[in-house]
Amino acid sequence: MIGKIISNKILYAIMLFIFLAALPFFASMFQVSLFAKFMCFAIVAIGLDMIWGYTGILSLGHGVFFGLGGYCMAMYLKMASSNGGLPDFMTWSGVTHLPFFWKPFGNLAFAILMVVILPAVVALVIGSLTFINRIRGVYFTILSQALALIISTLLIGSQKYTGGSNGITGFTKILDFSLTNPWVQLSMYYITLLALIVIFFICWILVHRRIGKTLVAIRDGENRLRFLGYNTSVFKAFVYALSAVIAGIAGALYVVQVGIISPTEVGIMSSIEMIIWVAIGGKGTLVGAMFGAILVNGFKSAISNQFPDLWSYFIGILFIIVILWLPKGFISFHEIPERIMKFVNRNKEEI
Amino acid sequence: MQELIVQLFNGISLSSILFLSSIGLAITFGLMGVINMAHGEFIMIGAYTTYIVQNIFIDHFPKLFNSYIFFAIVLSFFVASIIGYILERLIISHLYGRIVDSLLVTWGVSLFFQQLARSIFGAPNVSVRMPDYLQRNIHLTNDIVFPNNRIFILIIALICLVLIYILMYRSRYGRNVLAVMQNREMAASLGINTRRVDSLTFAIGSGLAGIAGCAITWIGAIGPTIGTSYIIDSFVAVVAGGAGTIVGTIFGASFIGIGETIFEFLTTSSIGKVLVFTCVIILLQFRPKGLFAVKTRVLDD
Amino acid sequence: MAKLKVVNLLLGFVLVLALLAGCSGGGAISSANKKTDSTSSSSGGSGNVIKVGILHSASGTMAMSETPVRDAELLAIKQINNNGGVLGKKIQPVIEDGASDNATFAEKATKLLEQDKVATVFGCWTSASRKAVKPIFEKDNGLLWYPVQYEGMESSPNIFYTGAAPNQQIVPAVEYMTKKFGKKVFLVGSDYVFPRTANSIIKKQAKALGMKVVGEEYTPLGDTDFATIVNKIKSSKPDYVFNTLNGDSNVAFFKQYRTAGISAKDIPTISVSIAEQEVKGIGASYLEGHYVSWNYYETTDTSANKKFVSAYKKAYGNKRVTDDPIEAGYNAVYLWAKAVKKAESTNVDKVKTAAKGITFDAPEGTVKIDGDNQHLYKQVRVGEIESNGMIKEVWGTKEAIKPDPYLKNYKWAKGLTGVQ
Repeated sequence: MIGKIISNKILYAIMLFIFLAALPFFASMFQVSLFAKFMCFAIVAIGLDMIWGYTGILSLGHGVFFGLGGYCMAMYLKMASSNGGLPDFMTWSGVTHLPFFWKPFGNLAFAILMVVILPAVVALVIGSLTFINRIRGVYFTILSQALALIISTLLIGSQKYTGGSNGITGFTKILDFSLTNPWVQLSMYYITLLALIVIFFICWILVHRRIGKTLVAIRDGENRLRFLGYNTSVFKAFVYALSAVIAGIAGALYVVQVGIISPTEVGIMSSIEMIIWVAIGGKGTLVGAMFGAILVNGFKSAISNQFPDLWSYFIGILFIIVILWLPKGFISFHEIPERIMKFVNRNKEEI
Repeated sequence: MQELIVQLFNGISLSSILFLSSIGLAITFGLMGVINMAHGEFIMIGAYTTYIVQNIFIDHFPKLFNSYIFFAIVLSFFVASIIGYILERLIISHLYGRIVDSLLVTWGVSLFFQQLARSIFGAPNVSVRMPDYLQRNIHLTNDIVFPNNRIFILIIALICLVLIYILMYRSRYGRNVLAVMQNREMAASLGINTRRVDSLTFAIGSGLAGIAGCAITWIGAIGPTIGTSYIIDSFVAVVAGGAGTIVGTIFGASFIGIGETIFEFLTTSSIGKVLVFTCVIILLQFRPKGLFAVKTRVLDD
Repeated sequence: MAKLKVVNLLLGFVLVLALLAGCSGGGAISSANKKTDSTSSSSGGSGNVIKVGILHSASGTMAMSETPVRDAELLAIKQINNNGGVLGKKIQPVIEDGASDNATFAEKATKLLEQDKVATVFGCWTSASRKAVKPIFEKDNGLLWYPVQYEGMESSPNIFYTGAAPNQQIVPAVEYMTKKFGKKVFLVGSDYVFPRTANSIIKKQAKALGMKVVGEEYTPLGDTDFATIVNKIKSSKPDYVFNTLNGDSNVAFFKQYRTAGISAKDIPTISVSIAEQEVKGIGASYLEGHYVSWNYYETTDTSANKKFVSAYKKAYGNKRVTDDPIEAGYNAVYLWAKAVKKAESTNVDKVKTAAKGITFDAPEGTVKIDGDNQHLYKQVRVGEIESNGMIKEVWGTKEAIKPDPYLKNYKWAKGLTGVQ
């Protein structure tokens, strides 16, 4: 029975990948760029699912890592776009020389390297400290939230080097290709898809290995595991760093597609939204998280076009209903009839 | 020196506001393990209630305008607690033990409430006028000036503190709450209606947020998103102090309030905030459950 | 079980293929094949209607400022339609919500330009949102009408700026206040691009005028505790405060300024982000006697303004007020319509050429589009806030001032403009 569900789930994933691969053949450029953005979110969701769904650590600060990746890439793109001159926002903030830490980001390879290394280092430092000191549960959640607030405030405050609340935007070139060229956009779309597929399968393999079982064990009974002689904080720090790197990669791809990164993406609200995708899609399943990110954002885009004034109602109610009555998320949609029956029967019993 | 005294007063004042906005959160979290992201929206409900009360007084009882604030305080408590009670019965009661889900659901609720406020009152801010005696201030010397409204908020916070203390430690209801907090099953088997305790406590917590909202109208903006500017600080205050204890919340609120004003005075507003939050993160490294954590032998919680 | 898998897979493929067949030819890849040069100029003129985009925040923190502007733009569209529309066609607004989020603004701008193919877009408020959509309008050769005063240092070929440039608001405001009250100024602003850039302009100007900046403070957006800053203002004893705070923060600032015992007589402030709409939200009693600098007030005495104010109140209720950005949004629609009529087309390039030098008898007086930088010639007005929430003009220029977003005509501003 369990085997069947698992294999069904991976079938959903494969179907999704095929759909995404075929999308540019029939959807308009605008829809393609929308889905490119959704795929970046799906990548974050996979990373979050690793740490929350499997390991049970709720981080409300993943916008930080998304942002770190995004800003690294944005710095490269900005350098490439300003033709050797100073980035425009520095000029109007009164900076005359390129700050030293911007210089190496003129190199794409260095920027990509940083996209991976920076989130990993930050996550390892924070993760190992907090996990060794056994900060757990809500306390970790609020701590990660405070972290998101700190980083976004710092980004806003240092306008000279980060563009302040405007963020970094106005990119024209990557390597020597124009970003407005539809072929460049299409190839970025497929690179994002490739990243999504690779990251999905790496995580898929990880959770079905021994380490995945250990993570689940941490989630379900960390103390028992510790008494068995496992050093759980190492595992936790590892998976925290892993999800941070995944978020960083997603952030970098996001910047190229959307053309802007700003402290909003780093802040608390967007970090909470990331968690919502995973919750709505179905945590602890990877496939669910991926679908959640795409569905929630697709729904949001579609409904805010139709009802620009009322869409918050729909989104709010959707969250409430799904999490209350479908705790395993949309991926467990086959349970819906059963749940409705249960609900009806329960009312009968009460009478 | 004079500046320092004024700054200290400002810090205490900010702490009292934070205390009002976070004590409800601390109680509901300590008792029910629910992270209420919609708590900020109860602040908003309190603020709009004050706005409505003020308008009624301007339109119908202009002579009594100066005393509208007392009605406003009481009414914002009751309106917020009634809405809180309904919310608890409808939604929160399905979520016990699902901490994370409660966080997400109440976030949905907060989106909903914000949009509701926008539909009813319009997106722009509305204004509340203080009675004249709150707009004045006390001059100690030429440079040391204490605004009346801040003193008034401080008094409200102190009264609330005393009332909460009496309610929690000197009443039958309070003993029930503490019993449920310590051991839900045991309390239930001794005949305490835990469901009722939960609903009432949630309502009281929401009502306290309503009072905070009422107080905030005299120092800040009243708009649909007013809750979001207080919710994070409140959370951090609760966590720094240790969830679920009144002493902890007092400490957490003072730590953030006084810390923020002092750091802000020495540096800038942004850096001040960053420094305080960094301090909280460091503090948590040494006291993973806040400074005044409830002592317990339970390993997994 | 194995059968089930196969069936599922097959179903998936059939679904995808059906979708493919259904929409073949319209795909991104085929469109990329067709035009690698990608100079699609959005027409929006097909059929009996002209579609225009309205892109403001209807949710989030900026909704409070942006919804009234949106209302004014919709009012102008309605009025034009009632008078026969443009080029014999009705204008049809496509409303999108930017949700106070820069990335959402970018997404919706792309949607309006590429999917709805609107003829033009009226929208944005914050500099951040404008900067976020600017590359998109430049890429797709769209047209944006931006209705808010801003920090300058920009002139995009695809944006028309109907609010004030710095030389039409900030610079004269500083001159007026310095002359009237003295040379010591305290700068307080929200921590984002407009206040920081505005203050860097003021600091340069201060040097040239021999003024002294006795303090400069920024608070995070949405900050609500100003006790510390008020304390700092008090102890540094400035002649006046230059305020570039945004939104909610203004409410908290002025309430706490007042209760700390500082009145407009003790230390007056001048604000560039507070208009009638904000006065209403803060409460006029806290603001009485303080100064603001804009190009338009509800009390501005022109016949066009009387008509505009009564039409706006008739449409949205007597309690609503009009202010500068609302009026600038209203003007934008009329200016665009005039340009379209002159160009006899909604083609972006033609409209842009036609728009040069166009004038409009706006509620604030006659405005004219500057051909070079696509800003407006505007009259500057410094006003004093009165107890009824209205603003009384206390000083104004007789003529409309030429827009100078890069402050090229000011010697002291050298170095600010840098690259340009």
